[in-house]
Amino acid sequence: MEEIIRVENLTHTYGIGTPFQRSAVEDLTMSVYRGELLGLIGHTGSGKSTLIQHLNGLLKPTEGRVLLDGRDIWEEPKKIRDVRFRVGLVFQYPEYQLFEETAYKDIAFGPTNMGLKGDELDARIRASARFAGLDESLLDKSPFALSGGQKRRVAIAGVIAMEPEVLVLDEPGAGLDPRGREELLEHIRAYHRERGNTVVLVSHSMEEIARYADRIVVLSRGRTLMSGTPREVFAHGSALMRAGLGVPQPTRIAMELRRRGLNVDPAVYTVEELRDALLALRKGGAR
Amino acid sequence: MMSTIIQTDNLSYAYPGDEETAATVALDGVTLKIERGSFVVVLGHNGSGKSTLAKTFNAVLLPGGGTAYVDGMDTKDESLLLEIRRRIGMVFQNPDNQIVANVVEEDVAFAPENLGVPTAEIRQRVDDALEAVGMTEFTLHAPHLLSGGQKQRIAIAGVLAMLPECIVLDEATAMLDPMGRREVLNVIEGLHREKNITVVLITHHMNEAEHADRVLVMNDGRIAMDGTPREVFSRAEELAAYGLAVPDTVALLRALKASGVEVATDALTVEDCAAAIVAAFS
Repeated sequence: MEEIIRVENLTHTYGIGTPFQRSAVEDLTMSVYRGELLGLIGHTGSGKSTLIQHLNGLLKPTEGRVLLDGRDIWEEPKKIRDVRFRVGLVFQYPEYQLFEETAYKDIAFGPTNMGLKGDELDARIRASARFAGLDESLLDKSPFALSGGQKRRVAIAGVIAMEPEVLVLDEPGAGLDPRGREELLEHIRAYHRERGNTVVLVSHSMEEIARYADRIVVLSRGRTLMSGTPREVFAHGSALMRAGLGVPQPTRIAMELRRRGLNVDPAVYTVEELRDALLALRKGGAR
Repeated sequence: MMSTIIQTDNLSYAYPGDEETAATVALDGVTLKIERGSFVVVLGHNGSGKSTLAKTFNAVLLPGGGTAYVDGMDTKDESLLLEIRRRIGMVFQNPDNQIVANVVEEDVAFAPENLGVPTAEIRQRVDDALEAVGMTEFTLHAPHLLSGGQKQRIAIAGVLAMLPECIVLDEATAMLDPMGRREVLNVIEGLHREKNITVVLITHHMNEAEHADRVLVMNDGRIAMDGTPREVFSRAEELAAYGLAVPDTVALLRALKASGVEVATDALTVEDCAAAIVAAFS
């Protein structure tokens, strides 16, 4: 697997020399592999937001480096803007960034700054809207006349429109109801499959990460706690819970069943897997 | 004292439209009674009217049609507003939007100060409120430097300083991570248990209803379901139709039952679910 982004011994300290000095990220090393859908988990204060702002050069490392395609993104500081076209970042509650008169114009902002115009620009806008699950009929409307969920799709479309090699989404489902979350995540998964690019999904929802991520990196207190496939990571349920993180509910149920003497594989993380594991146990003669 | 603390009679509300859009009907004839000391969870997908309903409970919004009563007082009566808001405290979704002071204790003191409570009593109320939410060590801290869960606990303390009978939480955990959500819920559950405060929790997180007495499901501005958590969560297809999902515990039990295992399907918590499975397997 090829690395597209490598974070090497990254430290970021806020408020150096003031009473509020604090290293949000400390000596952190992690990789993002080309083409994967990476899940990034960490509690509030774990350094997640700081870390992702380093991936597209919004923040500069206090120590350490961030490599994109093997090159330090700060090698030529004047060209840092180019990094932001290649690594697209969607902040939490992105609807707050909308500013244009129409959804169409708002989505156009990024690609226009990249030099697109005419038919190419139009096609790019419409394709991005489609990827984000935004109905074309909404493109002429003012973003402020749209519902919260629709606004969010406009904001996501605006970043997708720059065709970033790496798309980073910070809690894209935050504040949406279960159905809204599911629809949005399905769109992101479909986008990832169709475009074949790399997606980094930051989430608090273990169930969501379990469902969509190929690989997971767990952050705790500014460092990488562990990384691996969902199966590998959720097998360390106790360690995750000790770090103040959740595990998917099915995994917690499996852990509780084991505690009560049922020999269930604790590395299950969906309802379907746990059901199958229990049915198999029954067939094999449970006790 | 009346046993009903909040009552609505055929309550309706529509958000006004503009040149481009028609008015949006948010509540379409809601009639309900909330008993003192109860723990009610109101579930519903976004747009179901649950937040609008919550805002009519202490006159943040006034009914478009029908009536809302707090402790027998009509919320449309302006002269009773202070009394109504003394009884019903509200905590909103965005932790940052509820901070008004630079120091935690000043933020918590805001309401009693405005209510003209004597200074010595304010001190007592602030200290008691911060203790009730487990934030005593942050008394002199800067509120904006706290985590989301901590900020929401300060918001709750600010409400508690009014000695309300009822706290309405309008998606108060939506912007928090699991740990912050747990903190806030623990505080709320504790307040209900120990001080008998009536709790109305608006949310779309099913598992927050674990310890509720009663669950109301809203859909299209109406109450679609009303019962105990067990009763409501046993109706999975209906919940799905209303844009909600059963917790994974119930989903697992139902999946096992559908595959032929004789198991109870109404256990909500992880512990009860595991117990039900172990019982079915022995």
